Amino acid sequence: MLRLLEIEYHKLRYSRSAKILVFTYFILITFIALIASIEFNLGAINFRVADQGIFNFPYIWHFNSYIAALLKLFLAIVIVSMMSNEYSNRTLKQNLIDGLSKKEFIASKFLTVTVFSLISTLFLFIVSLILGLSFSDFTEASIIFSDMEYMIAYFVKLTGFFAFCMFLGILIKRSAFALGFLFIWWILESIVYGVLKWQIFRDSEIADNIARFFPLESMSNLIKEPFSRLSAVQTAATQLGSEFDKDYGIHWDQLLIVIFWTAIFVFLSYSLLKKRDL
Amino acid sequence: METILSLKDLTKKYGTLTAVDNLSFTIEKGNVYGILGPNGSGKSTTLGMVLNVVNKTSGEFAWFSGNMDTHEALKKVGAIIEHPNFYPYMTAAQNLALVCKIKDVPKSKIDEKLEIVGLLDRKDSKFRTFSLGMKQRLAIASALLNDPKILILDEPTNGLDPQGIHQIREIIRKIAAGGTTILLASHLLDEVEKVCSHVVIIRNGKKLYSGPVDAINASHGFFELQAKNMQLLQELLIAHPGIENVSEKENIVTAILREPMEAETINEYLFEKGLSLSYLVKRKESLEEQFLQLTNQTTSV
Repeated sequence: MLRLLEIEYHKLRYSRSAKILVFTYFILITFIALIASIEFNLGAINFRVADQGIFNFPYIWHFNSYIAALLKLFLAIVIVSMMSNEYSNRTLKQNLIDGLSKKEFIASKFLTVTVFSLISTLFLFIVSLILGLSFSDFTEASIIFSDMEYMIAYFVKLTGFFAFCMFLGILIKRSAFALGFLFIWWILESIVYGVLKWQIFRDSEIADNIARFFPLESMSNLIKEPFSRLSAVQTAATQLGSEFDKDYGIHWDQLLIVIFWTAIFVFLSYSLLKKRDL
Repeated sequence: METILSLKDLTKKYGTLTAVDNLSFTIEKGNVYGILGPNGSGKSTTLGMVLNVVNKTSGEFAWFSGNMDTHEALKKVGAIIEHPNFYPYMTAAQNLALVCKIKDVPKSKIDEKLEIVGLLDRKDSKFRTFSLGMKQRLAIASALLNDPKILILDEPTNGLDPQGIHQIREIIRKIAAGGTTILLASHLLDEVEKVCSHVVIIRNGKKLYSGPVDAINASHGFFELQAKNMQLLQELLIAHPGIENVSEKENIVTAILREPMEAETINEYLFEKGLSLSYLVKRKESLEEQFLQLTNQTTSV
């Protein structure tokens, strides 16, 4: 296993574009901290975002994992191109001739995907911990380490998304087209959901219940948007007479769906590679 | 003798097209083999199948003793197919280091192998800056990293300039002299003739011949002769029992032999009959002539 990771690390470490994208990704995650410095001056009222409780434990785990997940596209580019470049440079063929099996090839790529997700999760954990310790109103250990399931969900979400990218890279063989296809897939999911929701199953929950099994939808459902959970927003909503009644938690069945898709994508990548003549 | 690779009824179909048709042959240790065939005859497909990149339709192949996974066996093989394929953003040495990791061999061999192909001074240049000849030589160095039991080369001189071709052939000759088994696929007859001891000839995916190069057809060669009295020469030759066929072209008589015969024998025979020759050469058909004969035979059948 270590050998496979070493092989993939060797391929990535000398690629300048991969390095730049990975560094950009991690630097952007640290930029979440910059939100703290956002200040508005609305006339006499001085509004500071950091004071609104977004960096309070345990809410910060939810907020940061949601924001950081938006940045995953940077790593997605690296992953799609590390797959499709093996085709365009024909190095996949040479790897196999040199004695790598097709199974090992997929394993080395998926291990890399997992390691990327793991590093990103650890990195986010550290950034959030530092931010929280600096700004949170509560710093008791029991509060700090509650709601850790958001970190697990973040890891599963990234792994699932990257496994999808890996599969698209193998399927389409060209990085630009694969990324384009990812976008088209996202639109398709929205269209299918729209048709289900507004045409076929009007006024019922069925459409939502189907859509949560879609690959991208299931990943985005994993961590729900955190903004309406902010106390300031909640207060405002209550004053306006409406009330948010939303479940922000992480659900094990959602996790299972994403893990299931991850397994499907890895399996499809492998069977596709096995079937193809290079 | 130790068998390196054996193919049995190996077949590859692309839809209705049969690229490789029930091909069987065996590669023994220590010989230099050539796979000869025109473009599109199935050479590369055959190599692709035994090298794990093309799926076979039917038939069998076995590496070494046959009880090893193909990809494990390939770690003991060195192979380059058509293009030299490397990561363009890595240097020569970095590319070879990656191959070492894949093949599970120590990196200590890198400099030694780069020296063999004459690229040691360019080891830290990026692959994308290399000329085709240098890329091809790097590919050979990479194939040699594991001191392979067999080196497989597919059209190694394709697209190279004469100097590049010469360099590659010199390297191959050196490697062959060291006792490494080599399998060389080519459509260039003189290339195979110069380097190989054994040859497998295929056309349209079918095997036409496999065996030693000098036994392609059972011919004993032919004489080319010239004398003042050409008519008498022809008559005397036809009368000789050891000669099968006599023909004249551009004032030179060609006599094809029925049985082995030395040039002295025919000279003495003609001199006894009162004819002295002005020109006498014994020749064997070149591989090219034999190859054409062989492929023509099957066309007419």
